[in-house]
Amino acid sequence: MESVKETLTGPIFKNNPIALQILGICSALAVTSSLQVTLVMCVALTVVTAFSGMFVSVIRNHIPGSIRIIVQMVIIASLVIVVDQFLKAYAYAISKQLSVFVGLIITNCIVMGRAEAFAMKNPPLASFIDGIGNGLGYSVVLIVVAVIRELFGAGKLMGFEILPLVTDGGWYNPNGLLLLPPSAFFLIGLFIWALRSFHKEQEEAPDFKMAKHTPVREGV
Amino acid sequence: MEYYLSLFIRSIFIDNMALAFFLGMCTFLAISKKVQAAIGLGIAVIVVLTITVPVNNLIYNYLLADGALAWAGLPDMDLSFLGLLSYIGVIAAIVQIMEMFLDKFVPALYNALGVFLPLITVNCAILGASLFMVERDYNFVESMVFGAGSGVGWALAIVALAGIRERLKYSDVPDGLEGLGITFIIVGLMSLGFMSFGGIDI
Repeated sequence: MESVKETLTGPIFKNNPIALQILGICSALAVTSSLQVTLVMCVALTVVTAFSGMFVSVIRNHIPGSIRIIVQMVIIASLVIVVDQFLKAYAYAISKQLSVFVGLIITNCIVMGRAEAFAMKNPPLASFIDGIGNGLGYSVVLIVVAVIRELFGAGKLMGFEILPLVTDGGWYNPNGLLLLPPSAFFLIGLFIWALRSFHKEQEEAPDFKMAKHTPVREGV
Repeated sequence: MEYYLSLFIRSIFIDNMALAFFLGMCTFLAISKKVQAAIGLGIAVIVVLTITVPVNNLIYNYLLADGALAWAGLPDMDLSFLGLLSYIGVIAAIVQIMEMFLDKFVPALYNALGVFLPLITVNCAILGASLFMVERDYNFVESMVFGAGSGVGWALAIVALAGIRERLKYSDVPDGLEGLGITFIIVGLMSLGFMSFGGIDI
């Protein structure tokens, strides 16, 4: 039971897929300008990661090593098609906003990475839980970034007004930069900084250290 | 002609794959420590994009789109939901074929690109370009120009980032920001710089 909990919660902070494993960054940046779209994306990704982990794990002993990438790819692509069609049928507006990024779950390295690194070596149930855990780790980062971007960039959350804008007679002057692409990079960079200040062991060693200051000898 | 030139420039600078749409970020951050490696990967991406986008365009227009199978006597067939699966299959196959072709006929280039070729299959910039091509309804020539342009744009971005990171090794960065954190912030600044191309209308 202990290990199940570890598999589920480990990826959220200790081994976060985005901040530490550098996986799945593309979509993390692109879909975070509004919270609603982000939540849909998180659910979609978690579902795909969990089920692809499970299915890959079920047939892991029958996949020949040389074509395993293609087999994983086909499983993932089929799951993504299901998610994509589902969104088109029940949440058309959001699926339009997500545009190509639902399709890009296929090449999202979190899904591939977990299928390759975890599901190929572990039983189905554990892989399923690992998928959910990594999906949650991804969601945590995305939701934090999306809340900051939407709240301070547009004064809204999920489309509801939180900070009344100056243009509508309120007091808040929105920071338009937060809705533009570069701010996503800054926010994730700062998020990584914050995370690594708490988990010191995640820091990367610099290539070069600045030399100690040597005092100048006087009057040579 | 002018139209294609403008599309080409647009896809390099204004709609830059890496800095405006965040595509191919994983490889973008992982392989940008050395300029030499970045150039190799950049060239590989240009070549693969220039081939796969037009090929996927043909597949979409003649096999998958609504009514595309009219030539086979099936005018009501709409296979566009199979798109994702076919594009990724085509990309994986083309990368594999290219790898074998280069190994046999241009071993020098194969050795230079060797390690990067398999990585390209899972680079979202490649699949992303094909999906954009479908979404924006490009025709065959447009898709060729768009593919090449996006490849050049992506290569340009990764080489520039690698150059900056090579210099950055010598600077004193706060502990928690070292490595990944500072790279993100640099990419943010680069993306801000590329946004200034946004006003250009050719």
